[in-house]
Amino acid sequence: MPILETITILDSADIVRVRQKVRSQTVALGFGLVDQTKIVTAASEIARNTLDYGGGGSVTLEVLESAHRVGLRLTFTDQGAGIANIELALQNGYTTGSGLGLGLGGAKRLMHEFEITSEVGKGTCVTTVRWRQ
Amino acid sequence: MERIPILQMGQFLLVTIQVDMHDRLALALQDDLTDRIVKTSASGVLIDISSLEIVDSFIGRVLGNIATVSQLLGTETVIVGMQPAIAITLVELGLSLSGVRTAANIDAGMRLLQISLGAPFHGGLDANP
Ligand SMILES: Nc1ncnc2c1ncn2[C@@H]1O[C@H](COP(=O)(O)OP(=O)(O)OP(=O)(O)O)[C@@H](O)[C@H]1O
Ligand SMILES: [Mg+2]
Repeated sequence: MPILETITILDSADIVRVRQKVRSQTVALGFGLVDQTKIVTAASEIARNTLDYGGGGSVTLEVLESAHRVGLRLTFTDQGAGIANIELALQNGYTTGSGLGLGLGGAKRLMHEFEITSEVGKGTCVTTVRWRQ
Repeated sequence: MERIPILQMGQFLLVTIQVDMHDRLALALQDDLTDRIVKTSASGVLIDISSLEIVDSFIGRVLGNIATVSQLLGTETVIVGMQPAIAITLVELGLSLSGVRTAANIDAGMRLLQISLGAPFHGGLDANP
């Protein structure tokens, strides 16, 4: 499947860039406005985690296309501290920072597929897909 | 650094957010508004987010903080013009913004402020008090 681009996430301006790139790709793929808003919001949440907890990293945008559906896959990777307990991290209200603990669980609810792999001390990878409705 | 402008209209402050705010810009707005509320003794704040394409948990938290801080300073804040797609997304995200007053547009927000201040509503924006 075509990889569209990889965006590095090293400061808060990069989070805005991620939002803008994800937005323009969903527009190009014909996603509706609510769908666009959901993916962009999820991307913003995960990108901020990549920056704040992962010490920076990157996101790769890919188009998924088959005979009967079209989707956008986002893969965020970092080499940060990792997540010891993924189930706990996904819970609403759980935070080790100063946030609300909504980002990760919220992003999962906003997307159709959501997978986290993480190793403590090595880093985290979040892969997520939303299909065009 | 780039700043979001704050306009004074009579006893109210008006902020129109027209750019996709990065985190530091959102925090700067929170600081600047607090400053202006104190300096002007404004009785109400309107934040127009109709041009804003997303509100994530960070921006949502900043809007909530602005509302809470302004209330502690004796000023009402109303967020106006939230796009329906954002409202739907915020609910799914789990952000209720429960302490934040909202209105459909600037006029409605202005009326809401007038009512909560117990002052008669004269209608329209008065740029020259
Ligand atoms: N990439 C990551 N690397 C290491 N830890 C992470 C990463 N992403 C999330 N976490 C951990 O998971 C917790 C929950 O993340 P989540 O995004 O849900 O909340 P938050 O970022 O703390 O607050 P919010 O997103 O509401 O501002 C974080 O506090 C952090 O401990
Ligand atoms: Mg987060």
